[in-house]
Amino acid sequence: MSIIATSQRVGAFVLATAFVVGACSSSATTAPAASAAASAAGSAAAGAVNCVSGSITASGSTALQPLVDAAAKAYQTACPNATIQVQGGGSGTGLTQVLQGAVQIGDSDVTAESKLQPADAATLVDHQVASQGWIMVNNPDVTGVTNLTTDQATKIWTGVTTNWKDVGGPDLPIVLILRPQSSGTRATFKKIVLGGATEASGQALTEDSNGAVVTAVEGTPGSTSVIGFAYYQQNKTGLTGLQLDGVDATVANMTNGTYKLQAVGHMYSKGQPTGLTAAFLDYMLGPDVQSTLIPSLFYAPVSK
Amino acid sequence: MTDLALRPTSAGIRRARTTWERVDLPRRATLSAAVLVVVLVALLLFFILSNGLALFTASHVALSSVINTSWNPDAGAQTTFGILPFVAGTLGVMLVAALIATPLSIGLALFMAEVAPNWARSITRPAMEVFVGIPSVVYGWLGITVLVPYLRENWAGIGFTLGFSWFAGSLVLALMILPTITSVAYDVFLAIPADLRGASLAMGTTRWQTIRHILLPAAKAGLATAVVLGMMRAAGEALAVQMVIGNRPVMPTSLTEPLTTLTSQITLDMGNTVSGEPWNQALWFMGCVLLLISFLFVLLVRRFGRPGEMV
Repeated sequence: MSIIATSQRVGAFVLATAFVVGACSSSATTAPAASAAASAAGSAAAGAVNCVSGSITASGSTALQPLVDAAAKAYQTACPNATIQVQGGGSGTGLTQVLQGAVQIGDSDVTAESKLQPADAATLVDHQVASQGWIMVNNPDVTGVTNLTTDQATKIWTGVTTNWKDVGGPDLPIVLILRPQSSGTRATFKKIVLGGATEASGQALTEDSNGAVVTAVEGTPGSTSVIGFAYYQQNKTGLTGLQLDGVDATVANMTNGTYKLQAVGHMYSKGQPTGLTAAFLDYMLGPDVQSTLIPSLFYAPVSK
Repeated sequence: MTDLALRPTSAGIRRARTTWERVDLPRRATLSAAVLVVVLVALLLFFILSNGLALFTASHVALSSVINTSWNPDAGAQTTFGILPFVAGTLGVMLVAALIATPLSIGLALFMAEVAPNWARSITRPAMEVFVGIPSVVYGWLGITVLVPYLRENWAGIGFTLGFSWFAGSLVLALMILPTITSVAYDVFLAIPADLRGASLAMGTTRWQTIRHILLPAAKAGLATAVVLGMMRAAGEALAVQMVIGNRPVMPTSLTEPLTTLTSQITLDMGNTVSGEPWNQALWFMGCVLLLISFLFVLLVRRFGRPGEMV
């Protein structure tokens, strides 16, 4: 832990960074990367960031990507000799690439055991870094619907309920917008809300990403879908966010466990991590990321 | 060919070949480029086929589960990898796009080759070239922000309740293959000997009669090649189409309803499946089917002959 604290040069750099970034963040306190970098640098002065030089790549889940990306930026600000590349590609890509050794960290919304052969999954080490939440969203034309129970949502998503008037809304056909079957978002929703029931994909639209879903829901009257918290925060104006079983979709409710549409984000390493990989994974679980960065990006911490 | 250097020079003195001539770098460079391309194509074919066929050889998925209309890749015991909706969608979107684009392209090519004064040609040709350079994501973006809402708001009465539809996909594709068909067709018309035109006009025909009875029949094979080349481009296009067709994995039923294509499903799922699982292999197999489709098109093009050879 004290590797860099002993280096005066690095310490001075970190302090300077803290000063500059701190000055910036006073005018833009909500900018997550800036505030996180400030806090990272601040605690680095106290010797909290374990700086290891080197170069690593993380790839995988797009749901987890904003968090890993921001954490990597903050870490690199504190440790200029470290290079951490963060790529998307999807959970399957992350797991495949970390298994093949193409990347050092594979990000995934789902467990390695659920995707890989048991023998392959056993070679990976799981690091649970955050909880991520999803929220059901409606096109704003669907007035009067602010809450769906698990039962109502299941009926809508399996094609039993096809008009909003059946759940207290206007007389408008329901347009279901799904993510692809392989998506972590869809798998999580299916497991937690639908209880494993199969979606009515033959009557639905399918969109590739959170962004494409937002565009489709904003534009299509009567449409409904589910997106990650962070994407909802960025697109609040064109969407109506729904409660699930009367519980608001907030980070606080996710943390206290009352909001159930959430899942753990995993970062996998092949075998026990070493060097920069180990230092960065430690940093993900440290106070800078868990207490500062994670809430600011609408995730929930895992470490209590 | 290499013996040229060994011939006596005009002075009658046999000159020794220089190192440069012995090595013959240009020949080696071009030859290695050709070999490299052939090897790359062979490797690609091998890779795609071995991954796709692993669905049957390694994962032992029954053929009946693949030649099937229901796509349920994660349904446990009921898992099926029916690819027919995707094949039908790809062919359907492509054919309707060709139907829309062909008359427009051939008309445009005729205009540029036969009718247009020089100043008009100097505008239409560069405009075509700009068309080709527009990235497909831009077409898709225009499709989703302009075309899809337009269909939904104005044509809902005839069934476009969602906007996302077969027709929207075909229309976007038609726009994308228009320059391909037009530029090949234009070259076809230019390759028709001027004598044919002269002879026809000398007999007192109008320009339209010349086009209708002389030029179009003469260009038939070349125009077929142009259309097939356009359809090849259409079959492989993924992004722009994916953004407007709604990606519904069912057999296409109506131009106003959403459907899905091979390329669209591959891009939707590839990032979230891991190599070695049957689902991933099914995507590779869909790639094989796409390859087969474009292989058939290449055969068609060879059958029709290249533009310029057919007159």
